[in-house]
Amino acid sequence: MSQDRDRKPSIRWRLAPVVRFVAVFACLAAESALAQTDRWAEPRAAMVRTIEAHAMSLPPAAGGDGIAPAVLDVMARVPRHRFVPARAERLAYADRPLSIGYGQTISQPFIVALMTHLLGIGPAATVLEIGTGSGYQAAVLSPLAAKVCTIEIIPGLAESAAARLQNLGFENVQARIGDGYFGWPECGPFDGIVVTAAAGHVPPPLVEQLKPGGRMVIPVGGVFGPQFLTLVEKSGDGRVTTRQLLPVRFVPLTRGQI
Amino acid sequence: MITYVALGFFAAALVVVQGRLFLWPLLSAAAMALGLAVPTVLPDAWFALRLSPYKGLSQALEVSDARVLHTRFGPLGQLTVVESPTVPFRYVPGLSLNAPTLPPTQLGVFGDGGSMTAITRFDGNREQLVFLDYTTDALAYHLRPSPFVLVLGAGGGRGVLQALYHRAPRIDAVELDANMLRLVARDHADLAGRIYGRAEVKVHVAEARAFVAARPRRWDLIQIPLLDAFGAAATGVHGLSETYVYTVEAFDHYLRRLRPGGWLSITRWLKLPPRDSLKLFATAMETLRRRGVIAPQQRIILLRGLNTTTLLIKNGAVTAAEIADAKTFAEARAFDLGYFPGIGADDANRFNILDAPYFFAGAQALIGDDPATFLARYKFNIAPATDERPYFFDFFKWRTLPELLAIRRAGGPGLLELGSVILAATLVQAMALGAVLILAPLGFARRGLGGARRLWRVAAYFLALGLAFLFIEIAFIQKFILFLGHPLYAVAVVLTAFLLFAGLGSGASARFDGRVKAWSAARAGHGRRLSAIQLAIAAIIAVSLIYLLILADIFDAFLHLADVFKIPLSLGLIAPLAFFMGMPFPLGLSRVWSGAPALVPWAWGVNGCASVVSAMLATLVAMQWGFSVVVLVAGALYAAAAAVSLRPLAAAPEK
Repeated sequence: MSQDRDRKPSIRWRLAPVVRFVAVFACLAAESALAQTDRWAEPRAAMVRTIEAHAMSLPPAAGGDGIAPAVLDVMARVPRHRFVPARAERLAYADRPLSIGYGQTISQPFIVALMTHLLGIGPAATVLEIGTGSGYQAAVLSPLAAKVCTIEIIPGLAESAAARLQNLGFENVQARIGDGYFGWPECGPFDGIVVTAAAGHVPPPLVEQLKPGGRMVIPVGGVFGPQFLTLVEKSGDGRVTTRQLLPVRFVPLTRGQI
Repeated sequence: MITYVALGFFAAALVVVQGRLFLWPLLSAAAMALGLAVPTVLPDAWFALRLSPYKGLSQALEVSDARVLHTRFGPLGQLTVVESPTVPFRYVPGLSLNAPTLPPTQLGVFGDGGSMTAITRFDGNREQLVFLDYTTDALAYHLRPSPFVLVLGAGGGRGVLQALYHRAPRIDAVELDANMLRLVARDHADLAGRIYGRAEVKVHVAEARAFVAARPRRWDLIQIPLLDAFGAAATGVHGLSETYVYTVEAFDHYLRRLRPGGWLSITRWLKLPPRDSLKLFATAMETLRRRGVIAPQQRIILLRGLNTTTLLIKNGAVTAAEIADAKTFAEARAFDLGYFPGIGADDANRFNILDAPYFFAGAQALIGDDPATFLARYKFNIAPATDERPYFFDFFKWRTLPELLAIRRAGGPGLLELGSVILAATLVQAMALGAVLILAPLGFARRGLGGARRLWRVAAYFLALGLAFLFIEIAFIQKFILFLGHPLYAVAVVLTAFLLFAGLGSGASARFDGRVKAWSAARAGHGRRLSAIQLAIAAIIAVSLIYLLILADIFDAFLHLADVFKIPLSLGLIAPLAFFMGMPFPLGLSRVWSGAPALVPWAWGVNGCASVVSAMLATLVAMQWGFSVVVLVAGALYAAAAAVSLRPLAAAPEK
């Protein structure tokens, strides 16, 4: 046992995040190669332009300095139309939430971009998402992180999202069914946690599972009313601070929209 | 609903009968038959209550496995108990990030499908409740250990549980809605740990102000927990609602009931930019100043969590030891102190970091030399609420509206409290429609109206009456909310009184007119003769002015009485005023009838339009300038009506 503890990580393990990162980008690059024939390319580009414009109207602390280029780049590549029901495909790149069944919605693209931007994660990051929904947020996080763990409480959504993410090649995403309030300790600790469900307070288990230096983005306020999009930061010495960024309206569980 | 429809048709039938339309017995019979038949024939679905999907209850029931356990109806609304086993409620407003334990099982309780509270499972083990020591409202227990507590707003029992956790030896819990208490004490007593039956807990069904006024007892701690839902608070739906819980006069009552060194602790939802908390702070300062406290800023502590704030006001100066305790409490829970005596900028804005230390800066301005300028310049209305203008939830300032709309893409509409805007928009609609309804008949039926000259006299008289009557009625409803404890009771009692006694006044108006004429004839040659209209209006104005002066004292003197005494007293107080208010309308109509009978329906219509406009206008005036101004304006309108009536209201038809 002690030998195991002292053993340094093998080169395979050290390279694992890089390999996954490259693999995911390879998938996206392949998809990009088809862009000329992709009828969604222009709507997707328009969506990104809308996100950029929208961000400029926010205060600096809430993303007003602009969404990170890496996030915008991913938003320009992830095929959002694959995460919405076929009947809503034509609206997939509109800057609005859409129904995905089970009384849930896929969040407005701007909110997805903003929450991802606020996490400020690097390619080696482990990220937890509470509220998988259609899997779109996890797909956006996937190329930006080494590992994405996502929890969904509605089995039907969790299963279809997991299958969709796998089919689209987002292999560094682990999905499971469960109550997100308690986080996913076995998958953590996390560099970033993104909560896409309304919370009356910040769940203490999630704060515990945040690494020093980690960030959590969570809508806090009335569970059944408007909330403040809140950034929770844990400093290197474990001290936790919060910042309330802008009013939003999420609904319980996984439905999200501004 | 079916009952209402049936009653409506039945009333219609009665009108037909009372209107001496016996010549049309078939019509009368048909109306009655409809009254009975229609509700039973129509599908039930037409009458089913459809809850808005945006209400908390609707949303809660969308959560997997959530279900309604049962519902209780009462005069104060519908309470729905919801169980949500898959995604538990975990309703703990203001819970610290550092809370060591999580709340146990809870049932959600939704008031009228909206505002939520929770009944928390308690098996007698205090340690389960440690999370209640990690909310902003727990600070008072660290400043005053083992206090005698008064919880104003017992709700699902959270305040009582918190007091039990902190070993309060005596807990008085006051709740307005008896059904809420029954849910905790009876329907879910086992889950709630029979907390309301414990020896140290005494539960009272009462309104907060009345309870405090009625009891000579004093407490170490008076807790006013969160009484409304975050959603309602954030969207401003209560902006038009009167509440006498958070006024300067109410604070004075509470402080009078504190033992030396005791604390008043009030918790509200945190809003950004700050509104509730700074309004409470301003109210505290104003109350202490009115009480003659020389250094009111030495008696206040303001604590801020992630989504709640708690304001503490001490009956005495805050000590250095208490400040140290407050700092320790806040540090351990990652709460921020917005104010304490001697606070520096470095003490604020440490954990829940805002762009700027708004709460600290606001508190500093309010304890400074010129709080009035700060209140005037602030973008929201945070001036203290008073019994005269008890609109605590009205934070709206019209001059901020363009700015909020300009930043609509950055969350501006979220800050827009719609109550006042909707009221003003409704008023404009009513005025426009009223103008059409008043003017249109003149356009196409001038000849039919009898060709009367000076239509404006009729219009002015009945317009003034319609506005003035409702102004006084609305002002009295609002005033009596304080006395009777709830808008529902105030509306029922005051409307009943006005309808009953104004009806009696109307009935007596002809005889009164005759007496006045006879009296005037007997005094012929002895100065100016007054008509019945002018005498009735003089009486209305006199009684109104007297009530303006003495009503507050009457309320203070009798607020402690039980409803069974307060309701007849209210009827008695309103009776003389309403009696005379019932006279000018029929007296005016009879004069129109004698001069230009064709104008009677039109005059009635003018009065009706004015009544509709008046209800909204009265609320806006009360919010802006207070109830006294509403009554004074009503007096001026009555005086104007009297002046108009000095000459014949409608001249005889042209030959």
